[in-house]
Amino acid sequence: MKTGVVLFPGSNCDADAHWVLGELLGLRCDTLWHKEPIRERYDLILVPGGFSYGDYLRCGAVASHSPIMGSVKQYADNGGLTLGICNGFQVLCESGLLPGALVRNIGTNFICRDVSLRVSSTNNPWTNQLKVGDELVLPIAHSEGRYIVDEQVYSAMKEKDQIVLSYAANPNGSLFDIAGVCNESKNVFGLMPHPERASDLRTRHGMGIWQSFLNWSAQAR
Amino acid sequence: MIQARIRIMPKASILDPQGQTVLHALESLGFQQARACRMGKFVTLDFHGVDQGEVEREVAQICKRLLVNPNTESWQADYVELPDGEQA
Repeated sequence: MKTGVVLFPGSNCDADAHWVLGELLGLRCDTLWHKEPIRERYDLILVPGGFSYGDYLRCGAVASHSPIMGSVKQYADNGGLTLGICNGFQVLCESGLLPGALVRNIGTNFICRDVSLRVSSTNNPWTNQLKVGDELVLPIAHSEGRYIVDEQVYSAMKEKDQIVLSYAANPNGSLFDIAGVCNESKNVFGLMPHPERASDLRTRHGMGIWQSFLNWSAQAR
Repeated sequence: MIQARIRIMPKASILDPQGQTVLHALESLGFQQARACRMGKFVTLDFHGVDQGEVEREVAQICKRLLVNPNTESWQADYVELPDGEQA
């Protein structure tokens, strides 16, 4: 299986993503430089955390227009598995691959700590090895993690099982305690917590997400 | 030249913690009169040799494609005629 981690100027969680995909899971993992479109077939494209383009304008806004994103959209529109973590989640929202937007935390602080999450949905490539209601403890590290979506879109998302992870105790003011969502066809997933930072040392709760991806991909083959 | 002056604000329905923090700071400095504070962005774009109608259409596209996230923000623009090179 072949995975790729997108690298923007200002990405800083790409090495953690490589560690998990390349070393812990033993998959081929390429760095995909933002100036080049994707040229090969991939089983997963991961948009990592960080501060792409210095978070200028809005978090993820400039990155969402960088040359690679056109081909990421095309790949995702064709069903390609696409995962955005933290700043990657912001990029996917800004690019329209995921509904909603991420804005400044209530309280304005940068929050860097472990949080408790509940699995809200499992019929997807990302949490299928977990159960609804399972608790995951994963670190968050963000200032702009408050998920905003209008009521109408939220109702549609809920109906289609797109809310994947919720905060047990809301740290940032996200509407409906939302921590991670997927698109309607479930192949695109974004979350503010960092599973790639909790997959070997300390908690290993991030592993549930990687195992779900592996299981889904194996079945799709 | 025409300068587009674009004001981008968080939508009324979106809580603005940055504005609230500034309001609290003002209160603690003794400024009690202001009742609400919201913070947004101000962007200027300079256009040379383009008529205002075209500038307005271009600015609408620019806001839609990049400057504004319609999920959370709204925008308004004024258009000011300036001598070339002036940064008013």
